[in-house]
Amino acid sequence: MSNAKKMRRNQRIGFAFLYAAATLTIVVILTIVLYIFIKGAPYISWEFLTSAPEGNGTEGGIFPMIVNTVLLVGLTLLFVTPVGIGAAIYMTEYAKQGFWVKLIRQATENLSAIPSIIFGLFGFIFFGKVLGLGWSLLNGALTAAIVVLPLIVRTAEEAILSVPQIYREGSLALGASRWQTIRKVVLPAATPGILSGVVLSIGRVVGETAALLFTLGSADRMATSVMDSARSLSLHVYILAHDGIGFDQVYATSTVLIVVVLILNLSAVFLTRKRRGQ
Amino acid sequence: MKIEVKELDMYYGDFQALQKINLQVESNSIMAFIGPSGCGKSTFLKTLNRMNDLIPGSRINGEVRIDGENIYEGDVDVIDLRRRVGMVFQKPNPFPMTVFDNIAYGPRIHGERKKEALEQIVIESLEQAALFEEVKDRLHKSALSLSGGQQQRLCIARVLAVKPEIVLMDEPTSALDPISTGRIEELITELKERYTIVIVTHNMQQAGRVSDRTAFFLMGDLIEEGDTDTIFHTPKNPKTEDYITGRFG
Repeated sequence: MSNAKKMRRNQRIGFAFLYAAATLTIVVILTIVLYIFIKGAPYISWEFLTSAPEGNGTEGGIFPMIVNTVLLVGLTLLFVTPVGIGAAIYMTEYAKQGFWVKLIRQATENLSAIPSIIFGLFGFIFFGKVLGLGWSLLNGALTAAIVVLPLIVRTAEEAILSVPQIYREGSLALGASRWQTIRKVVLPAATPGILSGVVLSIGRVVGETAALLFTLGSADRMATSVMDSARSLSLHVYILAHDGIGFDQVYATSTVLIVVVLILNLSAVFLTRKRRGQ
Repeated sequence: MKIEVKELDMYYGDFQALQKINLQVESNSIMAFIGPSGCGKSTFLKTLNRMNDLIPGSRINGEVRIDGENIYEGDVDVIDLRRRVGMVFQKPNPFPMTVFDNIAYGPRIHGERKKEALEQIVIESLEQAALFEEVKDRLHKSALSLSGGQQQRLCIARVLAVKPEIVLMDEPTSALDPISTGRIEELITELKERYTIVIVTHNMQQAGRVSDRTAFFLMGDLIEEGDTDTIFHTPKNPKTEDYITGRFG
């Protein structure tokens, strides 16, 4: 075989492999989503979305879980965004690039590699037992905040670093202080990127189970205070599936979850595009 | 004298970027700095509003006096200094906000809150920068939608809005086309009436066209400074002559 022919044949094999890999990825994702959809969609109704569960969740709806999820997400963001964005600003704009910044960066990287059940155990023992928060919305939110902290810090850092240096110089040369420059020029320019990290974090919290099982608790009622135990949508799926009861409810709740996460991820993509000015 | 520089040395770490610079700039005049890349002219410009403070490891010896006051003395307010000594950069750098907000940025950070006052400053500054007519219907559109030349005039207007006394320009036309360059040069000569201007330029014709006096830098030394005509036609130093006639650089 001539060399050119060989090259062409290898190329064809290479492309065929890449094509197959890409197709397989899409097929796997579509199969899962469609399977859940087909099984779950028939049971979704206005009634299902707006009523409370009955018989341990084998019947009735998921309204309390929707509310609990929203509360959990809101409370988590309340804790994690100021800390995460603050840390990112500190590391990019203030800190001398050296040992400490490297250490903090390494620590956040490592934090993101820890399985979330470990955070769950930590939350259970530290927030739950030591601080006496028990199974509660507050405990769940604090634990979830730790889970998504690395994601928030990393995306915020990237967003801040991608703000051109000439904006900072322009502001400082007008007599602005560093803080004014950060607040009025750097952060607004970095906002779309920071928001896309926040949106991804919301998705992560909505989908989290292991970290919440021992911290948020599993009461299938609507939480009325931050000290109430509160089951989120994902936990609802987990608990029903685990107990082997009400599989129609499991699929229906899963469908709702998938739609929510899909919407969140698409808005993150949209925000990232906006940042690139497309 | 608006600006007086005495025996100024400047270092980046161990590297000495400027050596014993002595220079004076008169009020309401235009001073051009020329010289090959890396000769220290931009570095020197940055010492005049202490933008060099932002570079880690930079330090200076000597004096830079503005209206007789040494700007490197301990109690000098850098923020007020940078308001009085504005700077226009090589690449137009409007902030990603509206035309209006770009100009109002400086006055706002210095405490101006009243809407009418801000509007007046914005209009005046744009007029002074010969940009008002072109953008008056687009004040609330993004500044990034303007052309490169318009963006640079916007940056000049943004500097003028904080009512500076001195305007430093670091190769302000190097990223622009010839027509935009011409307009900026015209603008610079008009601004002389109200401001003292120091311009760094790579383009010797530009120095010849706009400046009253010219200073030639080489390897961190100020080789020669004088009347622009003299520098270009009868320079005293043979190095200046070699550069002017294009033998190097």
